[in-house]
Amino acid sequence: MNFDLSDEQKMLGEQARALLSDLSSFDRLRSLIDSGAEWDEPLWRALAEMGFLGAAIPDEHGGLGLGALDLGVIMEALGAANAAVPFMSSIILGAEAIRLAGSEAQKAAWLPKLASGEAVATFAYAEGPGPVFAPGGTSIDSGRISGSKTPVADAGIADIAVVLVADGNFALVELDQLGVTRTKLDSFDQLRAHYRLDFADAVAEAMPGTGKLDRLIDQAAVQAAFEAVGAAEACLAMARDYAMERQMFGRPLAGYQAIKHKLADVAVATELARSNAYYGGWAAESSPDDLPAAAAAARLSGIKCLEMAARENLQVHGGIGYTFEANCHFYYRRERMLAVHLGNRGFWADRLLNAQPGSQGKAA
Amino acid sequence: MDFNDSPAEAAFRAEARAWLAAHAPAHILTPGGKISDTEEADRGRAWMRELYAGGWSGLTFPKALGGRGLSGPEAVIFAEEEGKYHLPKGPFTSIGTGMALPVIAKHGTDEQKARFIEATLKGDITWCQLFSEPSAGSDLAALRTKAVRADDGSGDWIVNGQKVWSSWAHLTDWGILVVRTDPTLPKHKGLTFFVVDMNTPGIETRPIRQISGASEFNETFLTDVRIPDANRLGAEGEGWACCMTVLMGERLGSGAHRSGVEPLIDYAASTPDGHGGTMLDDRAIRQLLAEALADEQGERFFQARLRTMVSKGENPGALAGMVKLAYAGRYQKTNGLALELRGLAGIAPESGDTATTDVQYDYIYSTVMRIAGGADEVLRNQIAERVLGMPGEVRMDKDVPFETLKG
Repeated sequence: MNFDLSDEQKMLGEQARALLSDLSSFDRLRSLIDSGAEWDEPLWRALAEMGFLGAAIPDEHGGLGLGALDLGVIMEALGAANAAVPFMSSIILGAEAIRLAGSEAQKAAWLPKLASGEAVATFAYAEGPGPVFAPGGTSIDSGRISGSKTPVADAGIADIAVVLVADGNFALVELDQLGVTRTKLDSFDQLRAHYRLDFADAVAEAMPGTGKLDRLIDQAAVQAAFEAVGAAEACLAMARDYAMERQMFGRPLAGYQAIKHKLADVAVATELARSNAYYGGWAAESSPDDLPAAAAAARLSGIKCLEMAARENLQVHGGIGYTFEANCHFYYRRERMLAVHLGNRGFWADRLLNAQPGSQGKAA
Repeated sequence: MDFNDSPAEAAFRAEARAWLAAHAPAHILTPGGKISDTEEADRGRAWMRELYAGGWSGLTFPKALGGRGLSGPEAVIFAEEEGKYHLPKGPFTSIGTGMALPVIAKHGTDEQKARFIEATLKGDITWCQLFSEPSAGSDLAALRTKAVRADDGSGDWIVNGQKVWSSWAHLTDWGILVVRTDPTLPKHKGLTFFVVDMNTPGIETRPIRQISGASEFNETFLTDVRIPDANRLGAEGEGWACCMTVLMGERLGSGAHRSGVEPLIDYAASTPDGHGGTMLDDRAIRQLLAEALADEQGERFFQARLRTMVSKGENPGALAGMVKLAYAGRYQKTNGLALELRGLAGIAPESGDTATTDVQYDYIYSTVMRIAGGADEVLRNQIAERVLGMPGEVRMDKDVPFETLKG
């Protein structure tokens, strides 16, 4: 047994962190919000140039053909930086949906463009309040799609959407066409735009692979856990650094047990989530039968650690944490988005129990 | 990354499995069978003898000292395979191999090593730990049991005081003992470490009536107990360093516990919900069980990461305490939850409902998990200080002669 990342994977993570610390500072995030930008496009171009976008896209389609753990270290770095890029939408969900369910022609048409960053994809799965994976109101018939998806992350900048349709399968829709209306929503995460997509007899292609939703979201859940771990560690470091510096009653705030113990608990939750993310990455690459349970556990512990870390980071900062000039709010908002996208705790709790032999409840 | 055994590990596992299949069945305890503490300890010795004869005792202990000199991961593999049999293992054997041997190997003289190591590996000598006192638990260095030199010129030490929480002290042969030999020094500096024959006159062990109903822990009273200077481990005043050696072993040793959540899933599934289904259909219960299961898996894979670190020669340090902290809290929380989901039958089961009595016992015992081997609060301090680099606690007793402290 060797339960650690390889040296190459560690190096890949280092490269991603270095690039992000150069290009995606907190001041940069503030200026993106102030200018109402949809995304950090220069950062996306830089990620493409480094080969990060195509990391897990097969070589024959212009990618590097790496695995889930390689993708994971990139996601972790993106989570730590709170980057304003559609990596989850375009790469983890969009490109992977096409790889899993697309025809050879669809793969050939889109994967190279997604790997190079020339095109951006998104995955449209929700239909308003209620369960996040909601195929019910969208259907495809004779190459035409009708219905609505909302909210859809990054749909303003996306060229294509993979749409979850009535039979639980996927349709591929180019968004720049007459039958598609994109309406911008007020996004809680100011660095991740969300849209309503209305399809009125829009041109769409059915994707031939069926029954791929579970695999797609299990893989994405693992990647979301890596992202959460990266963000949680950034919050933890920020809280620790601030507490070390801030003097309170004649000594550093970091010396008080109320602060030490709180941050120790965040550290434990984050290490458990990291461990589950590693296992999820390994299962996705090498042991698919173990993936459903591994993904659900990683997702649940990712949500838990980032929830603690984002909240307690702001709390440790006190009043300054409530200002736009401090950096806690980026994670505080994103945490809620990450906790809800891809299905919330209850959804993944069911999936985890359902993956245990003999423990399917009626509710499942 | 590979979660599976390497070829060498697989070969080792096969070897362990084959040996255990041939030798373990004769030693297994009958499930649910009641035997006396004395018999359990004797059967523990017999299993130690078997292990020693087969070359499986002291797996990570250096070869030169009679152990097998294996790496951490191999010891884990053996423990996993051994754990498949219900064998007589407990503090009566593990304190010897996990605590007494490391401290003797590191701080003992050649005579002491020759006298104790092989005999301990064979189960001929079993050990108890005489550390905690009524006023010295997490703050172990506050201990008050004292030793002074006998005034007859023999060099012997005369020990007086009281120890507590000494597991199986009534049935073990020797104890590892830390006492105060110089109260004029600050508290960590005036301590000295001994090994003591538990049959020495003046040692009296009394079982503690515990909240679980069991009595595996003791109070040990030491009244004018004479210990020859040859049984001192390390120099006078070096007792704290010896304690650290022992406690490091304790920390790395904890964590290999039974899982806890799977039986609770079965427990929920065997409890009707009053609507034709079971409590496993209850959304709130599902949520809590799933979160506990995710934590449990995280603990398991975190252990795997720590074992990988050890196999690469890195020291996990305070990271090892994270697993223990996570495990103990989860164990209490999930067993408490389980008692709720059963309804009133959880607090007063029909006779024969052993699932409930098991959960009840685990809920009671979980309090020990959160206190022993590093209390939650101690572990949180260690994680904050050693992993996160936050400041140490304000200490009022540093650099102050122990005898001037309030007790």
